[in-house]
Amino acid sequence: MHIHRYEKLWLIIGSIILFIFLGIVAVQTFFLDMGPPSHAEMIDPQSVRESEIFADPELKEIGDNEYEIAIIAEMFTFQPGDLEIPAGATVHFTLASPDVTHGFKITDTNVNVMVVPGHISKVSHTFDEPGEYLILCNEYCGLGHEFMANTITVK
Amino acid sequence: MKNAPRDTNKNRNHTDSAETSLKGTFTSVLIIAVFMLISWFSVFILFLERN
Amino acid sequence: MAHINEAPILHKGVAVNDAAASGITSRDIRLSAANLSIAFIAIMVGGIAGLLQGLVRSGFLELPSWISYYALLTAHGVMFILVLTSFFSIGYLYAGTSRVLGGLADKTIAFGWAGFALMSVGTVMAAFFILTGNANVLYTFYTPMQAHPWFYVGLALIVVGILLNCVGMFITYQSWRKRNPGKLTPLFAFFANAVFVLWVFASLFIAVFVVGMVIPWAFGWVPTIDPMMGRTLFWAFGHTLVNIWMLTAISAWYVSMPKIIGGKVFSDSLARVAVVILVVANVPGGFHHQILDPGLSVELKFLHVIQTFMIIFPSLMTAFAMLATMERAGRAKGVRSLLGWWKTLPWSDARFFALIVAMFAFIPAGLGGIINASNQINQVVHNSIWVTGHLHLTVGTTVMLTFFGISYWLIPYLSGRRMTQTINRLAVIQTIVWAGGMLLMSGAMHINGLLGSPRRTANTTYNGSSAAADWAMYETLMAMGGVILVIGMALLLYIWAQLAFFAPKGDADFPIGEDYSPSDASPLFMDRWSIWVALATVSIAIAYVIPLIDFASGTNPGSPPFLMP
Repeated sequence: MHIHRYEKLWLIIGSIILFIFLGIVAVQTFFLDMGPPSHAEMIDPQSVRESEIFADPELKEIGDNEYEIAIIAEMFTFQPGDLEIPAGATVHFTLASPDVTHGFKITDTNVNVMVVPGHISKVSHTFDEPGEYLILCNEYCGLGHEFMANTITVK
Repeated sequence: MKNAPRDTNKNRNHTDSAETSLKGTFTSVLIIAVFMLISWFSVFILFLERN
Repeated sequence: MAHINEAPILHKGVAVNDAAASGITSRDIRLSAANLSIAFIAIMVGGIAGLLQGLVRSGFLELPSWISYYALLTAHGVMFILVLTSFFSIGYLYAGTSRVLGGLADKTIAFGWAGFALMSVGTVMAAFFILTGNANVLYTFYTPMQAHPWFYVGLALIVVGILLNCVGMFITYQSWRKRNPGKLTPLFAFFANAVFVLWVFASLFIAVFVVGMVIPWAFGWVPTIDPMMGRTLFWAFGHTLVNIWMLTAISAWYVSMPKIIGGKVFSDSLARVAVVILVVANVPGGFHHQILDPGLSVELKFLHVIQTFMIIFPSLMTAFAMLATMERAGRAKGVRSLLGWWKTLPWSDARFFALIVAMFAFIPAGLGGIINASNQINQVVHNSIWVTGHLHLTVGTTVMLTFFGISYWLIPYLSGRRMTQTINRLAVIQTIVWAGGMLLMSGAMHINGLLGSPRRTANTTYNGSSAAADWAMYETLMAMGGVILVIGMALLLYIWAQLAFFAPKGDADFPIGEDYSPSDASPLFMDRWSIWVALATVSIAIAYVIPLIDFASGTNPGSPPFLMP
């Protein structure tokens, strides 16, 4: 099997580029803690509402401008509704679904995670810029899917 | 066996003449590589800005 | 158009008998033509559903109450992604294999028709439940959303039908090898066999999911189902399907394109290497659809990202091989300047033009794919309409335009007619219209996705949200692209009807390229598929054993069904 000199060169260059991409995402994932949301905990979808984590869904301040909130993603709403937080606040979201698979996306941020029944998803974000952010469900969840949205107001 | 070195030589010449004729291909794939870098880093920068 | 009527060139001087090489038996024609005619119907149904969606999403149209946006979306996805691509691939690969291997085996014909029957019945069942609003689950049918149980039976029949077609292909392939000991199979047959091997892998995952899990649950025999297991098995199938279309499409790039441009296959052996890497590395690529799923560890996800990146490598090889084929064809015509050979390509030959535009579309399509697979970068684009744009570049443009290009020689080859100047010119226009419509639609989708607009969502202003207001303009562009595409579809159907029934009689050939350097042939073991199947199984095991055992032995109590609607 003869490989042309230029083809070898091209395959090496192409592979180096791919390794650069892989290297950058690897450094971010394993050294800067910027990997994709990958929480492992499980929950029975039929008892999400009664569970300790989700029974009392409200914004809790757990530190200096640091908040925590448990959100139930269900057909076709996120419970509780709209949120309001101060600028610069870091929010830790904990999510679960009592029914079908949903998506949790906040526009203008990297917050984007699947909420699969049976699993608890976790994702965090620091809201530096004041403004109104749209939370929306980005996984088709039934005939009212397009109504599944809330806002986060950052003041 | 006697012919072996000559054969190798002939093969070499054959591939050499083929090697010279793919400069355009190489240029074209390098253009693709540039697009590859531009597009990936554009979205990567967007990712960093939104983090 | 001059190349069409040239005497067929035997593949690498391999002993294919002349009668078979110059024509194809009428029983092989019937089987291929039957498959292509279902593809024809699927384009109409799926295309109309696609247009309506574009108009609804952009707010130009409101649907009557008896059908939902999501029913149309399901129809569009199932018809194009599952039905059109499968039937077309089978019709094309069977015809080409018959051409290069000197006819299909008797048993292949039997398996082919049995598979065709099951797939057709399955398609009609699935389409019925989708269009009557009993399967608003989209083509991914993520559990625990539940459609009418017989919708899943329809899907299962399609899959079983495909598996029968796989058996048919393997029979012809192996019987040729037995009759030609010590000879390498023709490159086209190698591609065809690879596609059907991938189909077996894909089908096994989806069969376990649909038959083993979804159907018992949909009929109420078991109370709950594990949605994560379902997503994982679905994407093992779903992403493999993507590369089944790609492999089918690039078979025409590698084998037929050189002949059409008056050149030769750049490297038969490197083409086979690219095919083998695709087959071996493919299935784990499905995991990059689950980068943002819970329940999979960061380390495992990164392993999957590396495995997905391996599939990019053969595409690097393909890019080089295609360009080198074209450059050498130009050099043979005496071009000396660095890029002057681009001008000597037969741009006015619709068979080539559709293929080269498809190749150009594959550049942004592939680059988008690298971005999608880049672990946390996926958060920028996941489930946004960028992904829909990506899919319309890969399948909608690259694969579809290649299929259209193929049809411009395949249909005349089967119907014993020829492509006239007028039809050829129309086909060039069709290519421009289709590519233009896709460029507009998919470009708007990519931008809108980066702005945050979600995929698979009916028209909504999100309570007048300012973020969503920015998306409206691009949704209008998407709808305009959709309208242009429907014009392209009408043109295509007209051309197909002409080529099948009305064009003047002729003896169009199925173009099969000759190898540039027959002395540089692949070793014979390349034809030993047991090796590649074994390696592919290892790569699947590396990716899937840990998560599947994890899900199966986990504490997930499962989900009861949620009927859609």
